[in-house]
Amino acid sequence: MRFSGLGGRLYRGETSLEIIAGRKKWYLLSTVFILLSMFALGVRGVELSIEFKGGSSFTVTAPNGTIEQASSAVERAGYTNELRIQTIGDNKIRIQTGVIEQSLSNAIQDSLAAEFGITVESIDTQNVGPSWGEEISRKALQGLIAFLVIIMIYLALTFEPKMALAAIVALIHDVFITVGIYALVGFEVSPSTVIGFLTILGYSLYDTVVVFDKVRENTRAITATGRYTYAQATNLAVNQTIVRSLNTSLIALLPVAAILFVGAGLLGAGTLKDLSLALFIGLIAGTYSSIFIASPVLVQLREREPAIKALNQRVLARGGGSATPSQRIQNRRDKRKKRS
Amino acid sequence: MSYGTPQRTSGDAKKARPGRTLFITLLLTAILGGVAISLGATSINLGLDLRGGTSVTLQPRIQDGDTGQVTPEAINQAVSIIRQRVDSLGVAESEVTAEGTGTNRQIVIAVPGETGRRIVDLVGQTAELRFRQVLVEAGSVPTPNDAELVSGLNISAEDQARFTSLDCTAFDSNASIDQPESVLVTCDRNGVARYVLAPAVVIGRDVSGATAAIDPQSLSGWFVSLDFTSDGTKKFGQLTQDVVNLPAPQNQVAIVLDGVVVSAPRINEAILGGQAQITGSFSQLEAQDLANVLKYGSLPLAFDRGEVQQVSPTLGGDQLRAGLLAGGLGLLLVILYSILYYRALSVVVVGSLALAAAHVLLSLALLTESVGYTLTLAGIAGTIVAIGVTADSFIVYFERIKDEIREGKPLRVAVETGWQRARRTVVVADLVSGISAVVLYIVSVGSVKGFAFTLGLTTIIDLIVIFFFTKPLVSLLARSSYFQNGSKYSGVSSRSVGIVKEAVTAEVKS
Repeated sequence: MRFSGLGGRLYRGETSLEIIAGRKKWYLLSTVFILLSMFALGVRGVELSIEFKGGSSFTVTAPNGTIEQASSAVERAGYTNELRIQTIGDNKIRIQTGVIEQSLSNAIQDSLAAEFGITVESIDTQNVGPSWGEEISRKALQGLIAFLVIIMIYLALTFEPKMALAAIVALIHDVFITVGIYALVGFEVSPSTVIGFLTILGYSLYDTVVVFDKVRENTRAITATGRYTYAQATNLAVNQTIVRSLNTSLIALLPVAAILFVGAGLLGAGTLKDLSLALFIGLIAGTYSSIFIASPVLVQLREREPAIKALNQRVLARGGGSATPSQRIQNRRDKRKKRS
Repeated sequence: MSYGTPQRTSGDAKKARPGRTLFITLLLTAILGGVAISLGATSINLGLDLRGGTSVTLQPRIQDGDTGQVTPEAINQAVSIIRQRVDSLGVAESEVTAEGTGTNRQIVIAVPGETGRRIVDLVGQTAELRFRQVLVEAGSVPTPNDAELVSGLNISAEDQARFTSLDCTAFDSNASIDQPESVLVTCDRNGVARYVLAPAVVIGRDVSGATAAIDPQSLSGWFVSLDFTSDGTKKFGQLTQDVVNLPAPQNQVAIVLDGVVVSAPRINEAILGGQAQITGSFSQLEAQDLANVLKYGSLPLAFDRGEVQQVSPTLGGDQLRAGLLAGGLGLLLVILYSILYYRALSVVVVGSLALAAAHVLLSLALLTESVGYTLTLAGIAGTIVAIGVTADSFIVYFERIKDEIREGKPLRVAVETGWQRARRTVVVADLVSGISAVVLYIVSVGSVKGFAFTLGLTTIIDLIVIFFFTKPLVSLLARSSYFQNGSKYSGVSSRSVGIVKEAVTAEVKS
């Protein structure tokens, strides 16, 4: 396979993608995305589901039913406020109202049942009180903070503190991008979305962990050998793991795509679609950031250290700095050829 | 071509028996399966979103005009009373549980089947404990004397009619509407007596505590001791003073919970000290039960309906099918991808995923049996997402093996050294995944909790499978000449690894 052949060349540094050297490009790209996200968030905000806003939702299965029928049935029940009616698939109609009393909810159920000639029990109903959203929003926020703190401590202990910091930067990047896409496209945010969203954080870190593990291995004895600058060694690590990163992300995306496809296709809205959509978007952002954001940020952080600065100067003084790892290997080969 | 004779390093001496490890793993799995079957853990509880039903999440709060805190004890009592109310409907498998921690708690009621509305109305009510003077007491079924009993009383014609037609052997306690300021016509909770009760003077909030006790000296048996608040003391004192000298049954005070008479003790003397004792021929259980009722009735709790969900069986079935379909499709895609990319090595992927799936199903069945675990749609999604996490571990390992081969190591050695390096990555990555599952589990509410749970569970299973199945299996395969020779479809051929033959021999990496 050509792809795996590429993996071999990347591993040995014969082919090298200049991830670290091109960091300004990635930063610019991400900044544009994040600004766009913040703009969308500021102008449109995200569309919150009734779990957050409070309100009721009624889903009736009526193959020949129309939106007008549903609308008049709700009106007859005595509800005249904010109303959103949409068709789901080819035989379902969903009606969403603002916050209503249980008795009015019952009246709407009765009215819908009469209108469409169905039983009350066959209507899927969800009533959410006005204070429920606050509760789950608060919990989600708590979760986010707790998660970031625990992960940061954990990564700082297992890896280097600066790796933890770089990983968190990449993570926050993913959060912005994903939220931005939700605001831009206008996807609805439900508790399932939030859960999917929090899961992405774990995923994004997983990817970064794989890359950083190799970075650490490559840079462990870096000051002693003095052959590569920190940036070069990191770039090689990213190149060596890029096939693996793409592979793991792709294989993680496959089941998520299956859920998204089935959830959105067969069920319309709901737990499956909300969860997998957030995962789908976040996974892609996470893969991108673990390669193009986390490692460059790590390099920048480390390059401020005196030891790394001294190393870089030493390597540059020997004229090694201008050479990319692939060129260096070529040089070594040439030397070897000369010798033999 | 061959990579040469494998060198034995000291490191793999203890890992020299992959076949045995594999055998033990499979044996233990089989034993676990046997245990599950012998315990009768052969099915998984499906959540209401997968089979239809009603779930109500209540948010307890302090009643208006009251102070104090929502204590865990109060919640537990509320749960037990709500459970009694739900059980009175006679629906099998209904569940009432408390969720959350500290002051932030919810009560979740889940009832399968099509009882929607009644449940919703039933569980949201605040428990109403009231003390009412008994006006009339009679047997469980209407008799010709009934009209005479109520004729002299100052009550409405409606209430009279209600009493004369009341049959306590067929009494729906949920239909009893208890307004404190009006007369109440009701039954006792065993359905053996009918009552007409005066408007309530003392209410639950006036009670400060109740305990069941036994007097060891007098041998008078179990009794319930009742304490009133200062306000309650005045009101109860007045009430008892008013009724103590009246003829029976009007010298009785009924204790009414949720519109049903729990007990109607006779007042022997005016109780002015704020402490009352309810005596009778109580068993220990009866006394404790009554004390609980009094305590619960005095809870200053009200409930807000946080979320009410009614899922029809049709939608439940659809969601279950969709979940299973998504799972099957996800599994298929992952297997296809690994066959394309790893060729014969995908045998390991398929085998490991199959074992992981078996472990997940077994664990869920055992959890269903032991702690009443319920699988929700979000839970199914968690297991599907976990297929990816599990497959990720294999990729990390396989790519490491390839890296080692690129370094010029023969396959048998690459499998071991690659494992030593991949192991760390896999463990760290799984820990990150595990931590996120735990955090998610703690912060999520309701059905999405199931997602975090299965994600966490499968992460643990992933670790077990890769350590005790995947790794030994790869070691075993690495011994076969098919893989050692780097055959075309082995997944470790020089072509798929991407090594240039000269490079292997010429380049020695430092």
